[in-house]
Amino acid sequence: MKIEILGSGCPKCKQLTANAEAAVKELSITAEIVKVAEIDKIIGYGVMITPALVVDGSVVSAGKLLNKDEIKKILAK
Amino acid sequence: MSLKKKLGIVFLSLVLWFVTYGYLPAISHGITYTLFRLTPGTRLASAVEFFMYDSPKVLMLLALVVFGVGILRTFFTPQRTRQMLVGKKEYVGNILASLLGVVTPFCSCSAVPLFIGFVTAGVPLGVTLSFLISAPMVNEIALVLLFGLFGWKIALLYLGTGLAIAFAAGWLIGRLRMEKYVEDWVYKSMASSVEEEKLTWPSRISAGGRAVQDIVGKVWLFVLLGIAVGAFIHGFVPENFLASVMGKKAWWSVPVSVLIGIPLYSNAAGIIPVVQALLEKGAALGTVLAFMMSVIGLSLPETIILRKVLKPQLIAVFLGVVGSGIMLIGFLFNWIL
Repeated sequence: MKIEILGSGCPKCKQLTANAEAAVKELSITAEIVKVAEIDKIIGYGVMITPALVVDGSVVSAGKLLNKDEIKKILAK
Repeated sequence: MSLKKKLGIVFLSLVLWFVTYGYLPAISHGITYTLFRLTPGTRLASAVEFFMYDSPKVLMLLALVVFGVGILRTFFTPQRTRQMLVGKKEYVGNILASLLGVVTPFCSCSAVPLFIGFVTAGVPLGVTLSFLISAPMVNEIALVLLFGLFGWKIALLYLGTGLAIAFAAGWLIGRLRMEKYVEDWVYKSMASSVEEEKLTWPSRISAGGRAVQDIVGKVWLFVLLGIAVGAFIHGFVPENFLASVMGKKAWWSVPVSVLIGIPLYSNAAGIIPVVQALLEKGAALGTVLAFMMSVIGLSLPETIILRKVLKPQLIAVFLGVVGSGIMLIGFLFNWIL
């Protein structure tokens, strides 16, 4: 599984990355977590408001700081 | 949690909120004179009472507003706002963009993707800028705090003038045909749109609760600092002291306030207690309004972020037009009031 965090370094993006890492750890799944800060890539996903969460190439959330449990729910699907 | 349970919690919190709010004057009075045993009428006592009354009052108003706005904002996503603005002509587009700027969730760190998302989808440049000016400047938190502390007239004045500046500045920049001053790579990027998730009422209420945690958690320190500055001015600065420097007769105070406000960056909630104290000491309303709009609407960090997508010429026009608009409002109010 590939998880991408879109956002150009605002505090919320860092928090979202940390939450995603915690969620992956608790579910004990193997997932690669990548931070994406390049504007053109963020735009390429059609995201207008950061931070956004992308799982295996599809945007699952934008403009929201999801907590660990919410990310777990998304990843478990 | 079910909707009923959530509504129950919301209802109980509201009742508690209103009861506590009603007792605030008595509580702050008690703390100042009974607990701290300060002598009534002294400067220190009046500063302390101001702080003890304003801090809980502003924080409580803030929490209530942020909760309401948090729910309201789940109805206005950037995607929907963009849909409404695509292909709109000037006038209608600029007016709509200014209004939507007030309610659409916006954080200056998203200014760049938002700008590109709008422009590449066919929202005209001037209309997009109306949105980007209105979003930070007409701040719903400022609006409600002004309403709570000064009454509806000043709140309405702030709303009306903020919208007018966003409309006029966006319209003017649209008229100047400045599209060539947008960085070239912007128009080459492709915007696609994301599917919207369906929201239910329980999740909207959660969004409101989360907004309170998020925003109040982030700004409470600014608010307390602002109130401390306000309390100091309230207690120690003599009455009418500011009339000569920030009063109506000092015309130069308007441009100076705007210039000082650009690099100063505070959020709306922190600046309002300062505004309250300035007004009380004889500063003119127009000058104070200009100062406040400049602090929250024209910020250096946001300008630096926008530099990624706008060439220096357009940045200069942007700052110039918005700055002049704010100054004009300042002069106008000092003149008519």
